[in-house]
Amino acid sequence: MRSQPERYRFRENLQGYLFASPWLLGFFVFLVGPMIFSVVLSLYRWDGITSFTGNANFVGIDNFHKAFAEDRFFRIALYNTFYYALISVPLGICTSLLLANLLNAKLRGIALFRTIFYLPNVLAGVATIMMWSWLFNPEFGGFNFVLKATGVIPAGDFLISHVPGLKAWFDASGITWPPLWFADEFWAKPAMIIMSLWGAGGSMLIYLAGLQNIPEHLYEVAEIDGAGRIRQFFAITLPMLTPTIFFNLIMSIIGSFQVFSQSYLMTNGGPNNSTLFYVLYLFRKAFQHFEMGYASALAWVLFAIIMFFTLIVLRSSRLWVYYEGEKP
Amino acid sequence: MTSENLKSQISNPQSPICNPQSPIYNPQSPIYNPQFFRRRSVQERLWRFLCYALLCGLAVVFAAPFYWSVTASISGLEGVYASPPRLWPEELHFENYRKAMTILPFHLFVFNSFYVCVFCLIGQVFSASLVAYAFARLRWYGRDAWFVVLLSTMMLPAQVTMIPHYEIFRYLGWIDTLKPLIVPSFFGGGAFFIFLMRQFFKTIPVELEEAARLDGCSSFRIFWDIMLPLSTPAVATIAVMSFIGHWQEFMAPLIYLNSFEKYTIAIGLRMFQSIYGSFPHYMLAASNIALIPVLILFFVAQKYFVQGIVLTGIKG
Repeated sequence: MRSQPERYRFRENLQGYLFASPWLLGFFVFLVGPMIFSVVLSLYRWDGITSFTGNANFVGIDNFHKAFAEDRFFRIALYNTFYYALISVPLGICTSLLLANLLNAKLRGIALFRTIFYLPNVLAGVATIMMWSWLFNPEFGGFNFVLKATGVIPAGDFLISHVPGLKAWFDASGITWPPLWFADEFWAKPAMIIMSLWGAGGSMLIYLAGLQNIPEHLYEVAEIDGAGRIRQFFAITLPMLTPTIFFNLIMSIIGSFQVFSQSYLMTNGGPNNSTLFYVLYLFRKAFQHFEMGYASALAWVLFAIIMFFTLIVLRSSRLWVYYEGEKP
Repeated sequence: MTSENLKSQISNPQSPICNPQSPIYNPQSPIYNPQFFRRRSVQERLWRFLCYALLCGLAVVFAAPFYWSVTASISGLEGVYASPPRLWPEELHFENYRKAMTILPFHLFVFNSFYVCVFCLIGQVFSASLVAYAFARLRWYGRDAWFVVLLSTMMLPAQVTMIPHYEIFRYLGWIDTLKPLIVPSFFGGGAFFIFLMRQFFKTIPVELEEAARLDGCSSFRIFWDIMLPLSTPAVATIAVMSFIGHWQEFMAPLIYLNSFEKYTIAIGLRMFQSIYGSFPHYMLAASNIALIPVLILFFVAQKYFVQGIVLTGIKG
């Protein structure tokens, strides 16, 4: 026979599981089940339309082998995605750090600036992608117009015509000046990176929260010791902010490897596959070429890549992340 | 300001920085020089000016794309295709917006998007807060282990489950309906929202709950009548994030919807682009219309939204 508190504990347990049941159910139906199915699928060749039992062929690790050994587009997509991630992540961190530090100054009207910087992140979606694709129009769009007005394009023109060998190099490599952005293999990826910087407001907000958690007295002591603004930034702000940087770094790595809608909508991978990003290629394989098995294998490779980078950041965090309260 | 604070301390003989016994007393420091604060204030002013200049410059850079898209959307065809581009259209064509709304059944797209967003919002808010309550307050076997599992699900890229989800919904015959976009929202609403709500619930005093329990209140009533009403800022935050997130969602509708009367606004815009891509003024007008609900929602809920992220976002 059960004792009273035990029966009470049973009720408590039941209640807990009942309250958590929507997520638990979803976890098994929409996550664990699909993950298992996806692993199985990655070992088969299947078009996703005909019934699985009759038409799928078991191929073992052939899908993975094919990706690494034979598929040229896989390698292109991997290269493009790495290029994008390796440049846009550090640049994005620097931009949002700069914005957050400026916003942390106690100036009048700061709320308005915060809204202006944050808004692009909220609005980012198909509509703003359409907007950017017009902005980057080399002849009628605003971007080159501004570059011309601010003297960037004339300065480039001057350099190209006066630095010996530069013109020949531009001609030989086929890189356009003024940039043709999405019509040029070389400039298409930088254009995407510029677009991503425009959305730096999201991580800016998180840095701002981190900045506001730094105790004021640290700055006071530094000021008494005669440390200037720059010194204070590197000696106090940056070390105290490393946990936030760590969080944002992981989040932006995960996000940047999943870039999709920009290239799908603006360039559809072109010109000459220069914006064929990993998820775009995966999407094509799954829903345009109907190679569901191969696409599942690609998804697991993506997962492995993201995991790899996350683990590197996690492992290295001991070296550069400073947690207050721990001995250095 | 820090320097104000210092100024008041240096003039106060009780302050530790004026006491030679204090560990932070440092006679080498320039602040003991009476000239220091006067000189500093000029520097301070210069610094503030620089900050303002940089902020204004960056604000212009961040706002310029919007300006460009609004002015282009009210230009005529020859105004859009003017070289060099014009900073302000010569004649205003507000009828572009009416045209953009009528050349495709835009009202259908907007309706579908609202339909999806409202149901997803309801599903995510209720299921996420219910589950979050279990993680924040109820004691059940394996709770902490499940919480770790919950957090680690955030690491899994959606692409891994994308294909199986498609096959599940195809098996159920839900392709080309709005159900695949809505139904998953009712199963916990995503790890991030659960985490956010849990963090907020943790800040509500336990005494309230204990008092209610002594009065014979059931767990569900505590959740419904005490916890939820006290969590308005967090609920508002995830409601706004849920709505905006689904309004902007692109990949799922792209995969599941085929016939254009089911299209949501994101896919509708893509259809618009493929048909009227060479009429950028219509294209941009349509894009701007799609942004209006997001803008309104953002400004209405900005206080909660920004605070909610700043306060509960990343604290462990």
